This record gives sequence, C-alpha cells and structure tokens, in this order.
Amino acid sequence: MLIWHTVLIAQDRFPRPEFESGYEYPTHQLPLQRAVWLEYFDVGVLIAALSLSAWLALKRRSRQGLIWVAVFSLAYFGFYREGCICAVGSVQNVAMALFNRDYSIPLTALLFFLIPLIFAIAFGRVFCAGICPFGAIQELTGFRPVKLPKAVESVMAAIPFVYLALAVLFAATKSQFIICRYDPFVGIFRLDAPFTMIIFGALLLLSGIFINRPYCRYLCPYGVLLNLFSRFAGRHLTITPAECTDCRLCEDSCPYDAILPSDSSVYIEQPVKSRRRFIIYMILVPVFIAAGAFVFYNMAPVLSRVNNDVHLAREIRAENEKGIEAISKAAVAFKESGNTEGELFAQEMNVIRRFRKASPWAGAFLGLALGISLVSLTVRSTRTGYRPHQGKCYSCGRCFKYCPVEPNNRR
Amino acid sequence: MKGDKNIYQSRREFVRRAGKIIAVASLAAIPLALIRKTSAAGFVWQIDPHKCTRCGQCKTNCVKTPSAVKCTHAYIMCGYCDLCGGYLRQGVKTISTGAENQLCPTGAITRKFVEEPYFEYTIKDELCNACGKCVQGCNDFGNGSLYLQIHQDLCDNCNDCSIARRCPSQAISRVPADQQYIQKDKS
Repeated sequence: MLIWHTVLIAQDRFPRPEFESGYEYPTHQLPLQRAVWLEYFDVGVLIAALSLSAWLALKRRSRQGLIWVAVFSLAYFGFYREGCICAVGSVQNVAMALFNRDYSIPLTALLFFLIPLIFAIAFGRVFCAGICPFGAIQELTGFRPVKLPKAVESVMAAIPFVYLALAVLFAATKSQFIICRYDPFVGIFRLDAPFTMIIFGALLLLSGIFINRPYCRYLCPYGVLLNLFSRFAGRHLTITPAECTDCRLCEDSCPYDAILPSDSSVYIEQPVKSRRRFIIYMILVPVFIAAGAFVFYNMAPVLSRVNNDVHLAREIRAENEKGIEAISKAAVAFKESGNTEGELFAQEMNVIRRFRKASPWAGAFLGLALGISLVSLTVRSTRTGYRPHQGKCYSCGRCFKYCPVEPNNRR
Repeated sequence: MKGDKNIYQSRREFVRRAGKIIAVASLAAIPLALIRKTSAAGFVWQIDPHKCTRCGQCKTNCVKTPSAVKCTHAYIMCGYCDLCGGYLRQGVKTISTGAENQLCPTGAITRKFVEEPYFEYTIKDELCNACGKCVQGCNDFGNGSLYLQIHQDLCDNCNDCSIARRCPSQAISRVPADQQYIQKDKS
C-alpha cells in the first residue's frame, strides 16, 4: 500500500506554489514543423526543374544550361533542403508502405518517387543530369574523366542491383533504411555527419574527379529503376541534332561509357551461333532466378540480424547460453522493462519468418537481372550512327560539343 | 533481305512496346496500390515523456549537432523550489547560481527569483544539448516538470530516426503532424 502510494505521488512531491506577487505562468510556444505547403512547393520545384532540364537536354541542347540547373538544385535540394527529401531514399518508403499495413507513406515521398520515373519514361534520365543533388554535386566535381576497363565497369555496375534488393528487403521488413543511413553526401549538405561518413563522402567526391559520378554508376539504387524506365523513353537526348555521319569524334567524349557505336564498326557474330547462345542463356534465366532465390532464402537468418529485435534477441541468448553479459543499452533497458524473453524470442522468430518470405524475392530479382544482362549480350544490334545508351546516359550533355554537325559548334 | 530486316524491326518494336507498357503499368500500379496508405499531413517523431528513461542517447544519436531534442519545462507542474534537483548538483554547499553548483553542463538553465521562497527556471533552447541530466534530477527529486521533446523546427524528420533506433525504452515514435508534441502539462 505504501509503495503504491509513493508511486502515485512520485511526480508530485511538491505542491504547486501559491504566488502572492501576482506571478503568472510563462506561456512557452513549442516551435512547429516546417509548414506542409512548403513540401508541396518542393514537389513544384522538382517538376519545374525536371521540365527545364528535359528542355535543355532534348531541345535546347545546352550543356551550360544543364550545369546551371545542377548548381541550382545542388543549392536548393542539396544545401537548403539538406538532401532530404530525396527520390533515392523514397524507394524505401514505397517498399515499406507496400508491404506493411501500419505504415502510411507521406504523399510528398510518393510523388518524389514517381515523378522522376515518369520523366525517365518520357525523356530519359533528366533527373540524374542535375536535379538529383547527388548527381549535381558529382557532375560539378567531375573534372578529369578517365575511362575504366569494360570488365571493371560491368562488374561494378552490378552493385546497385544488390544495393536496391537489400534496401527494399530491409525496408519491407521494417528493419532499416540503409540508403539514408549510408548516404555519403548528406553529411556534406548538412555540414554535419559521423566522421566515417564524411570520409566516405569525401573519398567518393575525390575519386569522382577522375572516375566521374562514382555514386551514380556503382551505388545508386534508384538509378537501377531510372535505367530500366529510361530504356523505354519516348524521346531521348541525341548526340547529334541531325543525321549521324559516323565521324567518330564523339566516341571518347562520354565519361560514363554510355555511347553506343555505329554497327559498322563492331564485329557481327554468325546468326546461327548467336541464336544458339541466345537459347542457352534464355534457359539459364530461370536457373539464375531459382539459384538467387535459394541463396537468399538460406541467407535470411543472417540478413535478419540488421533488425533491432533480432539483434537484441541474439545478445540476450548469448548471455543465457554462453555467459557473455549483455551490456548494450538496449539489453539493459530490456532487462529493466519487464518484458519476458519469450516475447522477445517470439518477435525474433516473427522477423526471421518475414525475412524467409521476403528474401527469396530479392534473390530472384538479382538472378533475373543477371540472366537478362547475359541474354542481352546475344541480341544483335541494328544501329546506324552513334547513339547514347538510353539506360546509362545521364543526359549530362557532355557529348554535344563533340558533334561537328551541331550548329552551336560551328564558328 | 528486305523482308528479313522488317521481321527484325517489328520484333524489336514489339519487345520495346511491351516493355514500355509494362513500365507504365507498374508506374500506375504503385499509386493505385498505395492510394489508401498515403497521408497528406504526415507524421513526425516525438518522445513520450512518460516512457523516457533519460539515458542520454538523445544527445549523441541525433543526426543533428546539437541534437534536435531539447529540454522542455512544464511550468504548471513545477514546484518552484529553491533547492532544485534539476538545476543544482547533488550535495552543493551553497544554493547559488555559481557555475560550480549548476547541474547543466552547458548552463542552459537560468534561475530567476519570483518571491520568497520560489524561483522560476527557464531553459535556453539554443544552449540545451539534450543530455537529460536536469530531467533526471527533476524526476529523482522534484515534480518531474522538466522533460525532453523533439523540437520540430530542428528535426529533419528522417525516415529512420537514429535516436529512435537506439532508444532503449522505445519512447520515440511517430505521431500525427497535427499534434507534434506530447506535453506533460497537457496530458
């Protein structure tokens, strides 16, 4: 009875004073969030910048204009909005909303996810050109482009697929937002980040002076989606404003290896041979899918360790079984909280079950991507003239000035 | 030869068109699937002061420096004590505003005489670093009128609040944006 009594009054030990001097309680206003309409203003700025960028890349053909757009969006979406809200991270919000009933996605996040993709399917990756603050900061610091060997380039280009698969998997299982957490440039935009992330961002920018846009090419998970959608773009930036004369002047102008040569200059395989290879690779696609799903299904318990509950449950179990004392703050708080270990382990099993269900899809996606990229090697191209690779082209406009047909280049 | 080329062209055209239709369909499907799950006003992160254990993680884990979490004072709950557990260190020799007596490491709490024997305590938001020492002191020895809140003008509203991820008592959760604070004196 006495204990109960003290708990009741614990927060009210001293009576409220009765002031005689006519003292009035100060009223303190707690500051409110940034006004909601400003977030819709951001969406408006995004649409305007994308439209301008598409016009500059496709119609006006002005690299200089695109650079100024990049400067603007670096200032606005980068330093002013501090890299948040961004389309790259919105992938996770969409994944989390699609697979979780209790999470409702902010409308602005959904719009930031959709609008650049809509522009990609209409005009190519104009978002990457300079609207994305990551693209902008790397575009503006890529001074001395060097080309990487083709083999290195293709292997590194597979990383974003893995990153996307893991990001969606972790967001869908409500475990982590890895894209936001390991965002290299947000620390630069905020001028404030953990030491390791600042180092990572600075290293990326420094290597980006030579290997242009390292994040976009070898990490960006949203780039995977843009790449895919941009391949079906209705209209896309062209290297030459008129008919390509195969002069080969633009051949080495692209730092991203996104210029496809005219077919006359590449070796054409015997149709029978390539047809056979095509069939073999087509059979391999389902094999890759199955293999990916199998590997990821078995990796599910390992992957699930990124989840906080699983992490805590493992710590508690290690204490029970091996006598390693659980000293992390989460473990100490868990012991004090009065929740039973049974509940925690049940929750852990629940998370692992969700991972078992979700991770084969991530593996299957990776297998499918690998299979399709193999198949595409056997497809004979029928290009005339030099064209940008619609998936890889960032619409940066570096190639414009190399074209002798370009009226802007004539003196 | 000419017919052969046409077959290639139309097949390519078919694949391209099919791809485009699938892409557009998936783009249209996402908003349709999410139409009931979108919220226009959105949510913000906030600390439930009744769950908070003053562990000090708010000071170090916020992506902002200093933290977006600040100490807040519910005046109406305050005892206006002279010997304030949130303002003074334990076992001070004299009850005065001397720096050596103050509990707050940044001197963010100011003390003003109201009338005998009452003193008013005010938090300077710009100095507060969310260490939670005063909150602990006030809860241990006083009425618990000091508590931590995430200041929404400072909060970046991260997808995954990095304090919430470390918060051992799960005191931080998303709250609807029309009620951005969980105020002790109003609950």
